[in-house]
Formats: sequence, C-alpha cells, structure tokens
Amino acid sequence: MDRVPILRLDDLLIVSIQLDLEDQGVLALQEDLAEVIVRTSARGVIIDITAVEIVDSFIGRMLAAIASISRVLDAETVVVGMRPAVAITLVELGLSLGGVRTALDLEKGVALLGNRSAARAVPVPR
Amino acid sequence: MTVHGEADRLRMEVLLKERGEAILKRWIDLAAVSGGGHADRVLLAGRLTEIHHALCRSLEQDGDTSDLRGLLAELSRGQAREGFTPSDTATVVFSLKQAVYEAVESDEDTGTLRGYIWFSRYVDELGLFTFETYVTARERIISGQAEQLLELSTPVVKLWDGILAVPLVGTLDSARTQVVMEKLLQALVETGAGHAVIDITGVPAVDTEVAQHLLKTVVAARLMGAECVVSGIRPQIAQTIVALGIQFGDIITKSSLADALAHALRRSGVRVPGAADQLAGAASERS
Repeated sequence: MDRVPILRLDDLLIVSIQLDLEDQGVLALQEDLAEVIVRTSARGVIIDITAVEIVDSFIGRMLAAIASISRVLDAETVVVGMRPAVAITLVELGLSLGGVRTALDLEKGVALLGNRSAARAVPVPR
Repeated sequence: MTVHGEADRLRMEVLLKERGEAILKRWIDLAAVSGGGHADRVLLAGRLTEIHHALCRSLEQDGDTSDLRGLLAELSRGQAREGFTPSDTATVVFSLKQAVYEAVESDEDTGTLRGYIWFSRYVDELGLFTFETYVTARERIISGQAEQLLELSTPVVKLWDGILAVPLVGTLDSARTQVVMEKLLQALVETGAGHAVIDITGVPAVDTEVAQHLLKTVVAARLMGAECVVSGIRPQIAQTIVALGIQFGDIITKSSLADALAHALRRSGVRVPGAADQLAGAASERS
C-alpha cells in the first residue's frame, strides 16, 4: 500500500495528499504522523489537500482527529488548499472542522505557522 | 378508418399535385392578409413555397413530416423574431385550409371533400406544432435571461489587495446562494484573498433560511482558509434576526460595508487611521 510521504521543513511537517485517500491509508497516515511528530519534535503540521477532489465525512473526521492528535503532541495543524467543491461538500455534511486552522495555499500555511515559531525565537527582553 | 385515411391522403396528394400552383398562390395571398398586413411579402412567399413543397413531399413519402416540421419551426422562429404573435403564425398555417378548400369546392367529387376533412386535421396538427415551437423558443429565451440575471446580480469585486466583497442585492434563495457561494470560493482560490466581505445591504429580508445560507458560505470560506465578514445588516433586519433566534455564532458582523472593510484591512495588517487619527490629522494640517 502506498504511504503518504511526510516531509520535514525546519520544525514543520508537510503532508501533501496526492491521491484520494482510503480508510486504511488515512489510519496509516495518522500513525506515521504521530510517530514523526514525536521523533522530530515538530511544532506544526501542514496538510495540503489541493489534489483531493472527493471527500466524505470520514475524511472530515480524519482531519479533525489528526489535528487533535497533533495538538496533544504540541504541534499545530493547518489544512491548506481546500477546493471550493470540497469546502461546500463538507459544509453540506455539517462538518466545520472546528479547531482546525486553514489557509488558502501552502505558502500562506507556512507563513501562519512560521510567524508563530519566529515569535518563539525572539529573546525575552530583560 | 385506416383504409379511408389512406384513400383520403391519396386524393389530397393528387389534388395538391394538380392544383398545387394555384393553391400556393392563393395561400400566399391569404396569409399575407391574415398573418399581419405588414409582413414582408417576398420573404413570406419564399417560406410558404418551401413549406408547400415539403408538404407535397411529405404526402408522397407516406407522411414523413420531419422536413416539414423543420421548416415550420423556422417559420415560427422567424415570425417570433419579427414580432408576430403565435396566433399570427398559426393563422398563416391555418389559411392553407381555406386555400385548399377553395380548390376542393370547385372539384365535384364528394370523395375529395372527405379528403379535405382528413387534410384539415393534418393542418390543425401543423398549426399546433408551430404554436408549440413558439412557446418552447420563448421559454428558452426566458430561462436564459433568468440565468444571466443570476450571474449579473452576484458580482465578486476586489475591494483591496487580498480583500474581496460580494454585494448582494435582492432576495436570497437556495439557487442564488449556491451561485454566490461557488463564485466567492472560486474567486478566493483565483485571487488568493484571505478576507471576504459579504454585504447584504440590498437584501430586503433575512429569514432563517437566508441566515442558514449565509452561515454555510462563511463556514465554507473558513474551511478554505479565508475569513468572512457579514456587513450591511439594517436595524430592522437585526431585530428580525434576534426575534427569530438566529445565532450567527462566531461570525463577525458589521453594520456597514465601510466598517467591514476597515476590519478586514486591520486584520490583514494595513494600518487604518481611525476617526480620532483623522481629526488629529486635520487639526495638524490646520495649524
């Protein structure tokens, strides 16, 4: 089974979902991601779903679950690149992904999390 | 009945073949008078001649009317374009009956009269067909216009770099909201704007359904990573919303488009001088 690659960029993890996910793949991703977050002590996770055209309630719940898991491991999740049709579908399904941050594209997602880590790096004035 | 029908058809075929020229001429005369006196006679004559030929061919070929119907549809559309009513068009077709009847009357054979009755039914059908064509053509025009109106009445405009606005005018229903939602989300993707203002100044009434649609649009935009502000809520509408018990949740609402723009600008990091700053600026200019 193909595994979704998890890329590391400084203290961010980038997950680009390139194929329509099946349930097994989602569960595998969830496990892998949790492991990688702990191993790299990542501060943020960006899930890029630009290529995802079909969503169901399972995917919606999966995104929310991954966000919760990441938060427990002290990493913030940003979902980027959702297509209009996908957004409309999720809304019609009654899923608002509360607690998951979103951005229009990868660049904006990185900026969203990047500012945060930069803020952390600023030394506290004495 | 069928045997009769066949014999009647044959008789009419013979009659039309023998007296075709005279009937056609008479038909054109009658049609020019009955179907609106201001008709372009040459054009009408051309059309009717074609139809007449198609009619003769159809009678010869055991009632295959596809050619004939095509020509009639063309006639009907042409008449519609030139501003005739469907009745005018139907009358043009029906006047063929009189032209043929005059030919039948001069024929002594009673069988021909029976043939004429069959023919009369036949022409009725053709007349109804032109009527139908007219109605379908009109309906198509109307539905096309309605679609255009829907497109026109939901523009997505760029207010500032990274800030879009959707000024809504008129009643919001499900179909319209769908168009608004799709256009807004598509525009967000295309422009990469992080903020959107949905202005409902022109919406006369907000009920639970409209509120529901607005909420959905805002949530969908949020899912894609853009923040929406709803603006232009008039006092009466605010009262209605509260009376209906509609919860806008954590959606930001502003009373005017200007406030919403100021909010969006501030959120996207542009420094917006407030009223106080403006006063200070004016004072410093004066001094």
